[in-house]
Amino acid sequence: VTPDKLLYAKTHEWVSVEAGPAGEKIATVGLSDFALKALTDLVYMDLPQIGRQVKAGEPFGEIESVKAVSDIYSPVDGQIVAANADIAQNLQHLSEDPYGDGWLVKIRVSDSAGLAKLMDFEAYQKQCAEEGEH
Amino acid sequence: MVGFAGWAMPMQYGSIIDEHLATRSTAGIIDISHMGRLRFEGPGAAVFLAELLTRRVADMELGQIRYSLVTNDRGGILDDVLVGYYRNEHGQPFYVVVVNASNRQKIVDWVKAHLPPERAEKPGHEVVFSDLSALWAMFAIQGPRSIDILQPLIDIDLRSMRYYRGGLVQILHPAAQRQGGIISRTGYTGEDGFELSLGSDIALGVWEAILQLGKPFGLAPTGLGARDTLRLEAGMPLYGHELSEEIDPFQAGLGFACHLRGYDFPGRDALVQLEKGPHRDVRVGLELPGRRPAREGYSICKDGQPVGRVTSGTFSPTLQKPIAMGYVRPDLAATGTTLCVDIRGHLEEARVVELPFYRRNNKGASK
Repeated sequence: VTPDKLLYAKTHEWVSVEAGPAGEKIATVGLSDFALKALTDLVYMDLPQIGRQVKAGEPFGEIESVKAVSDIYSPVDGQIVAANADIAQNLQHLSEDPYGDGWLVKIRVSDSAGLAKLMDFEAYQKQCAEEGEH
Repeated sequence: MVGFAGWAMPMQYGSIIDEHLATRSTAGIIDISHMGRLRFEGPGAAVFLAELLTRRVADMELGQIRYSLVTNDRGGILDDVLVGYYRNEHGQPFYVVVVNASNRQKIVDWVKAHLPPERAEKPGHEVVFSDLSALWAMFAIQGPRSIDILQPLIDIDLRSMRYYRGGLVQILHPAAQRQGGIISRTGYTGEDGFELSLGSDIALGVWEAILQLGKPFGLAPTGLGARDTLRLEAGMPLYGHELSEEIDPFQAGLGFACHLRGYDFPGRDALVQLEKGPHRDVRVGLELPGRRPAREGYSICKDGQPVGRVTSGTFSPTLQKPIAMGYVRPDLAATGTTLCVDIRGHLEEARVVELPFYRRNNKGASK
């Protein structure tokens, strides 16, 4: 997956949507390169249990750097069907491949309409450029 | 960049961990121009400072530096400072008191309140007070190689300068435009190192000259983020976190900086009483076995009951585990005591350990 084909939340999570075995939508979620560069020095990540219901805009996990703790927000409504335990144990690799091996969770989407509220790559880049100026 | 006490300061140039480890293994340079620097001159300066600061200063030798506190009438800590005693190029002695940026205005007002014109101008005991903070920049060059990096720039032998000593020097670089500065073997990182005050007009050029000299050694420009993790590993308190007007020196473990049997200073009578007890919460170091840092404001618990509060916490880049400082009841402050920290609803075990968390092997210079 390349970053220009992904959808993005304001809170810097990326989303890639694929069809599951029963035709349902499965969203793979990770953190953008911009977010990881801003966080730096990661030391701990807490990901949700499989089966947990999540809501768009609400935190499902936490990521800690040397200087601060940040929430990770769900970009969609749905249920957690997978969490990337490997990356949580090897945070030093997260920034090496944030859009591939650095995925965090997979969510079975319960409300497809929510996907329309996410940004495309161009809109997200614009947001990052604005944040970078501050 | 982040705002701090009216200054825009770099939190980090790259990675906090890389900057931290560079300072421990080779050297880091930190722009600390935000620090307040107050100068006291004149025949009455020594007695005036002795009657303002908790620590004896009247017996200091030229070139000596001491850590001291400024307390209010209740014995609460107004600031923690370094006092240096120097002689200028005309042979006149003077003191420089380095204060925290966040407290500079408060201390300037405190000085003025205790230095009315009739005292400042008393014949034979004059005190000339000036706030040099905006005129001078200040750099901390810290780490085992800092002496090798700085020596070519400085006209005196730095190896013969002892810890907590300093003096006026010439800066041997065209960028310094023949100006001098004050250098001291002091720091806030737990490493050997130096702090250099110099005119703000030459600061940028000298900063770049030091970076050039430091390149072969791996000198890293280091931000506020790593300065905080370095001082925390070294067990050093930070005003606004471990220190405040609600904390007295004995709670903070800074009784050594109070000389209660010499000059009278604001708070001395209160400190005489506070030293007798009963003792309030005391500052401790905590280590956590997990990976989640305990951070400022988190509650410290014992048997489910809150017994204190974390004042600073981070993930220690040197020790590779979370470390924190906080205040707990004196009966729970013994090394080895097992406590808990409430990390956003998760109770994580924390053990009281001796401070500092990190102590360098080679002291660099004898004390």
